Amino acid sequence: MLEIEQLRVQYGDAVALDGVDLTVADHEVVCVLGPSGSGKSTLLRATAGLELPLAGRVSWDGEDLAGVAPHRRQFGLMFQDHALFPHRDVIGNVAFGLRMQRRATAEVDAGARAALARVGLAGFEHRRVRELSGGEQQRVALARALAPDPRLLMLDEPLGSLDRELRERLASELRTLFVSLGVTALFVTHDQDEAFALADRVVIMRSGTIEQIGAPQEVWSHPATEFAARFLGFANVVDATVDADGVRCAWGPLPRSLAPGDSGGRVRVAARPDALRLDPDGPVRGHVSGSTFRRDHFLVRVETDLGPLEVAAETPPDVGENVGLGLDPSAAVVLPA
Amino acid sequence: MDHHRVAVTASTIAARSQRILARSVRIAIIAVPVVFLAVFFLYPVAAIIGRGLVPRGALDLDPLGSVLTDPGLRHVAWFTVWQAALSTILTVALGIPGAFVLSRYRFRGRALVRALVTVPFVLPTIVVGAAFSALGITGSVGAILLAHIFFNYAVVVRTVGGLWGHLDSRPEEAAQMLGANRWRTFVGVTLPALRPAIIAAASIVFLFCFTSFGVILVLGGPRYATLETEIYRQTAQLLNLPVAAALAVVQLAAVLAALSVGSWARGRRSAALGLRAASEVTKPPRTAGARAFLAANLGLMALLLGAPIAVLVLRSFAPGLDAYRQLTHPGSGFLDAPIQAVWTSLRYASIATVLALLVGGAAAFALAQAHRSKRRSAWLLDALVMLPLGVSAVTVGFGFLIALDSPPLDLRTSPAIIPIAHALIAIPFVVRVMLPVLQSIDPRLREAAAMLGAAPRRVWMEVDLRIAARAALVAAGFAFAISLGEFGATLFIVRPETTTLPVAIYRLLGRPGAASFDQAMAASTILMVLTAASVLVIERLRVRDVGEF
Repeated sequence: MLEIEQLRVQYGDAVALDGVDLTVADHEVVCVLGPSGSGKSTLLRATAGLELPLAGRVSWDGEDLAGVAPHRRQFGLMFQDHALFPHRDVIGNVAFGLRMQRRATAEVDAGARAALARVGLAGFEHRRVRELSGGEQQRVALARALAPDPRLLMLDEPLGSLDRELRERLASELRTLFVSLGVTALFVTHDQDEAFALADRVVIMRSGTIEQIGAPQEVWSHPATEFAARFLGFANVVDATVDADGVRCAWGPLPRSLAPGDSGGRVRVAARPDALRLDPDGPVRGHVSGSTFRRDHFLVRVETDLGPLEVAAETPPDVGENVGLGLDPSAAVVLPA
Repeated sequence: MDHHRVAVTASTIAARSQRILARSVRIAIIAVPVVFLAVFFLYPVAAIIGRGLVPRGALDLDPLGSVLTDPGLRHVAWFTVWQAALSTILTVALGIPGAFVLSRYRFRGRALVRALVTVPFVLPTIVVGAAFSALGITGSVGAILLAHIFFNYAVVVRTVGGLWGHLDSRPEEAAQMLGANRWRTFVGVTLPALRPAIIAAASIVFLFCFTSFGVILVLGGPRYATLETEIYRQTAQLLNLPVAAALAVVQLAAVLAALSVGSWARGRRSAALGLRAASEVTKPPRTAGARAFLAANLGLMALLLGAPIAVLVLRSFAPGLDAYRQLTHPGSGFLDAPIQAVWTSLRYASIATVLALLVGGAAAFALAQAHRSKRRSAWLLDALVMLPLGVSAVTVGFGFLIALDSPPLDLRTSPAIIPIAHALIAIPFVVRVMLPVLQSIDPRLREAAAMLGAAPRRVWMEVDLRIAARAALVAAGFAFAISLGEFGATLFIVRPETTTLPVAIYRLLGRPGAASFDQAMAASTILMVLTAASVLVIERLRVRDVGEF
């Protein structure tokens, strides 16, 4: 089990990690999600031992890893853009970690071939890595990281550089592989779809601190903070108050059950565009400032007294048109102000 | 809990001892080039300055003063400067159109022409001198200028053409759409964009011509001398070491000045240029004018670069194979048959290559490390390693002659002295080839290796060393060719039993009689083939351009 306690990393004066606490249980897949610059990659590098923390502790099964060099941690790291060895062929890359374990040549070869087969690249042994496509390079990088059987596998934006269709296919393959091998994994991404498709638990990071940790569906439907909500697509956030009867805001009264923990006072109500609807009798009015086609719907931007709001619609109203907006209360979340 | 602490302490001690080991390896890697260059470069140069300025233990500017006021020597200095300037201007003027046709026109055989144009640059100076002697135009300024153009044409074509071939052609097209004719477009748009490359090429060519030795010695005859040949004449013929040392000091100062101007000009080339893939900017010559321009330039190349080589080879075969056969017989002025010099040269070139790779390779690793950790001492090592590149071969040879002739370092009779001199001249080239490759290694490759379980020393072996290996091979080819052709430094320290092939050619050229001349041609042809072979190996390995020079 990986335990990270109060980890703090600085680059010069810039704080990259500011007191991060995180555990990854055996066979658990944890994904760190956040915008670029939030400290995700630094978290991986500090865990790997490639960055020296200023304070805090990284430990594995209770053993403090401070002073343990990266090559002795038995962690695997799959780099962003892969960092394959350009001077070695595919099998040379995959076999590297096994060779470092000083295993017999036959064992190294068999292990590397097995790892390649596992990612569906049997037969690619002697191809040059520069000649591979992006997806193939990604698989080689994964096979290379998996081959020495690391006790923790870390992945930095594993699918980041690939096109959308490939990304979706590889994400489901990765999930299958993680489950079948019982891998303990910590990976980072800025892509929500990737995180929710792969992870047992999702961590949302914001400028060096953890904003929320939870199961994917819990985080997806109940972001804990306004930052997490906006990052996960809750584009419409308005002021509200809570009292004994319910939640009051510009959308009208909302059920008290939306804010079970709040004792009362000022809060915020957040909703995704598909929780809003164009409704001539809706409580909020505004005029349309534009709309964008989004495959199965239009995203309509409406200027209101509450600020700009986004609503999903099947047919877009004309720009400048006056519209009313309504909220589906069951899809709204209440956040601390 | 206690055993836990013991384990932590043990691993800390292990980590510390490993750090100490890594540190001592790092120091050793820096020490190798520093010690080598201090002993074989700084010490001789200091000896020259000592002889020139403090000949009898006290500062004495008389020799320097007499050098600066002697009308004969002032004439030599003046000739050195103007022949170099004129050679540079002519080379650049002829090379720019050549760079254009080879970088902008697509035609059949272009790759071959580009490779062939490079050949003269790597030829030993003595071979170039011999080739122009074969044309029968020795003892004239014209011959010197032609030989310098022959030698340096490739520098301009490669440096300027390298940029031109990737220059975005859209600004030119924009200028034409705005009404500029072709000449105005060239002067107003293209030339300013090319200026950094032209300045870089011109400063290299000037330095080569300013320190040119073999060409002047062979082609200048008794009438034309430069500082380089005068240092040799004062040393070898007049045995006037104080004057030679004073001349060397003047030469050293001039070269350093030229080098600083060159690096100042290079430092100014920061204009962001829109560069394109070469395939986007080459076009076949479409108009009749373009075809004529291409033909004229190819004709010039054939005449200027091809003719001397062709005449050299033809002349060597003029008496059938007799000239080659004669090389196996001892002649006047030779201890052994001249052909022995081939084996001597190959042996020295092998030793010099190994030395240059060891010292230059260590310097490249140390420099890459220093640059990576942004140590301020990096520029010092940089300067120390690169200085021999600018300092002329004659200075190296003369320095060896006067510095390494007494204990504790008496190498006069040591056969090691020649390969050491060659290695010294080759080291900057080795560094220039290897350093950019080492610096281009993605630091994440080292991290990836560490994450896969490689300890620091193993990371170095598996990543840095492996990637540097190819560059080292290219550097080895260069070093071998440089050593094979080295003439200026060797001439000062050579002994009858250590005669190298270039020195043998020089002696053959100095002997009277057509038979000796034919032998010189034959020996030059052999040297040319050997040099070309070692450089061809480089070109084959050079799939992607490795390094810079």
